[in-house]
Amino acid sequence: MTDLLAARAQMAMSLAFHIIFAAVGIAMPLLMVIAEGMWLKTREEVYLTLAKQWAKGTAIMFAVGAVSGTVLSFELGLLWPNFMAYAGPIIGMPFSLEGFAFFLEAIFLGLYLYGWDRIPKLAHWFAGMMVLLGGTFSGIFVVTANAWMNTPTGFSIVDGKVTNVDPIAAMLNPSSFSQALHMTIAAFLAVGFAVAGIHAYFLRRDPDNLFHRRAFAIALSVGAVFALLQPISGDISAKRVAKYQPIKLAAMEAQWETERGAPLRIGGIPDEDAEETRYALEIPKALSFLAHFDFNAEIMGLKEVPREDRPPVTIVHFAFQIMVACGIVLIIAGIIGGWLAWKHKSLPTQRWYLRFVTFCTPLGFIAIEAGWTVTEVGRQPWVIYNIMRTADAVTPMPNLVVPFVSFTILYIFLSIIVVVLLRRQIFQSPRLYNTN
Amino acid sequence: MLTLELCVAGVMLISLIIYMLTGGADFGGGIWDLFATGPRAKSQRALITNAIAPIWEANHVWLIVIVVLLFVAFPVAFAAISTALHIPLTLMLIGIVLRGSAFVFRTYDVQSDTTHRRWSRVFAVASAITPVMLGITLGAVASGTIHVDIESGQVDTDFISAWLAPFPFAIGLFTLTLCALLAAVYLTLETDDTALQEDFRRRALIAAVSVGAMAGLSFILSAEGAPTIRRGLGNAPWSIPFHILTGAVALWAIWTIWNRQFRLARILVPIQVTLIVFGWGLAQYPYLVTPDLTFSNTAAPDAVLRPILIVLGVGGVLLVPAFWYLYAVFKGTSRKTTDSAMQGDT
Repeated sequence: MTDLLAARAQMAMSLAFHIIFAAVGIAMPLLMVIAEGMWLKTREEVYLTLAKQWAKGTAIMFAVGAVSGTVLSFELGLLWPNFMAYAGPIIGMPFSLEGFAFFLEAIFLGLYLYGWDRIPKLAHWFAGMMVLLGGTFSGIFVVTANAWMNTPTGFSIVDGKVTNVDPIAAMLNPSSFSQALHMTIAAFLAVGFAVAGIHAYFLRRDPDNLFHRRAFAIALSVGAVFALLQPISGDISAKRVAKYQPIKLAAMEAQWETERGAPLRIGGIPDEDAEETRYALEIPKALSFLAHFDFNAEIMGLKEVPREDRPPVTIVHFAFQIMVACGIVLIIAGIIGGWLAWKHKSLPTQRWYLRFVTFCTPLGFIAIEAGWTVTEVGRQPWVIYNIMRTADAVTPMPNLVVPFVSFTILYIFLSIIVVVLLRRQIFQSPRLYNTN
Repeated sequence: MLTLELCVAGVMLISLIIYMLTGGADFGGGIWDLFATGPRAKSQRALITNAIAPIWEANHVWLIVIVVLLFVAFPVAFAAISTALHIPLTLMLIGIVLRGSAFVFRTYDVQSDTTHRRWSRVFAVASAITPVMLGITLGAVASGTIHVDIESGQVDTDFISAWLAPFPFAIGLFTLTLCALLAAVYLTLETDDTALQEDFRRRALIAAVSVGAMAGLSFILSAEGAPTIRRGLGNAPWSIPFHILTGAVALWAIWTIWNRQFRLARILVPIQVTLIVFGWGLAQYPYLVTPDLTFSNTAAPDAVLRPILIVLGVGGVLLVPAFWYLYAVFKGTSRKTTDSAMQGDT
């Protein structure tokens, strides 16, 4: 394993690990705030129990998210010092804002988790709102910094040196809005369905348990609403990529030739040596339409750039297909749920539907991981798109395989513990029934 | 002259001081968990847990603020430090991850005493390693062994010799003793149980003497290990009065701990730690990474620093009241009446 590959593997692994906890930290507060708000409104004890139970799981996830996020902020320098020496000041604005947002999140989480009996009820609910806002904005700012790596703006290069830095322009680069929107919705969508899926599993065995009924209602509503929003943000993202990173789009679609009226490929195996994609189901002209709203628009093919400037096509293409597939299943789950609820005017607890939602539990998170693979691997071989190569950003430190293996073992260990603890908590969930 | 980069550096130094006083004390709590002994070992551990549970995550963010400001405002220095000190920083990160995870796992995994003790052990050992690594990093930055070509940003390092030396290790242990002292002094006021209070009074005295010893050792080793700092500490016009002041506060603090004036001690010990960190900052000025990198030659352009300072100002207006509220709720005077309620809740 070369040092560059080890560094990339360590960064990828750290991000893949952290993103799960970060998404939970962003979205769980929404579920908790809804549950606690319902308790304040209806005074039904089950909602308070629910908020407290969800808070316990969130506490574990948040702590692991906070420390793994710290690792990432250091890894930027430990693995990519040349990138940070170059880009640090330019993308400092979103990182500084993220620092504040995360700070507020951590402060109010402490108040939320340990303040049940210490602060007034409304103040406690407000603390939950602050955790939600802090987490959401924290995520938005970090994604904004990543967006800059895809579409770097806000500076100019004179004689190889960075000048005219405009941190605000860098923050408001062309990908910021689309990426931040897509990721934020993804977090709520993934967590909504993951939580709904877990409670659906218990509802099948214990259909009258109010605890699971209320939990399922809240989580499914959140998941379904964001599932219906996600295609819109996906469309915005795709159009941005088509305009600003055409080679990334070509890799996502495994499009080798530049052509007008390019087809949308479903499945297919890209052959990077032969420069062609086999066995794909092609929908004629659909890619041109989706990317540019014009059936005959020109789509740039991978052959336009030399091989050393292309991202790994197979990975990006498969990851994109996986993300879209998971997304479509979740959208269907959301639509069916909404339709069932509307038709029967009740919680959709049909056994087949509960089974379907249980099947959906991991899909949102798989989509998040796949989507990040598309964004990050699709940007390669650049760390700053068209400006700095990943290979030029890496630290001169030798034996990088050692920290990579160490952090991998550490994170696998932590993952196992978290799963065991959450499982135990979930299986201890209360049994509350309607007495009348 | 007060330049923009010095303003940012000032915010970083203040953040580092607050991190020591808050996050450092959380690590100190872990150290005393490691050394929990005697008939009250279990109550000592419970006291530590309750004291840090609601606040440690917020305290931890000060470290992130420092790192972010370092790479935003002094990018070349951040790159040089991360390159030359890759190994101690990585060990520190592993410590941070294990400390935080083990703490929260322990809180939510109370199935049996054995597992509880196992998480306690991980939490305690990680709490001890992390500040040592932080101190080693700061000591190495001060030692003058990290050479950087300022034009190219190229770091001349073998990745080891800058930190694997007596002076950085002395600073590492110095940091450890400071954390232990802060925690012990804070903990005397976290309980009404006089026996527990006595336990932490004894620990505070031991820690205070160790701080003195480590301060002396660090000063002696700085002659060889960090000549620039030594010049700052020894020869500058401010240095002698400053040392006398720090020493006087330290002795007064010991006196108050000895006489069980814990409220006064909880004011004096943080002042002592503040003076120590502040004195190090003064001695290091104008170098950020001795001997090649100064605040001015690594600073990002004013176009970057100005908006950052505005963000710090505006953010501070939001942050300071929130941070204060957190402490008022969990460390305020009305706290003890609800302590038992909280234990029942977790």
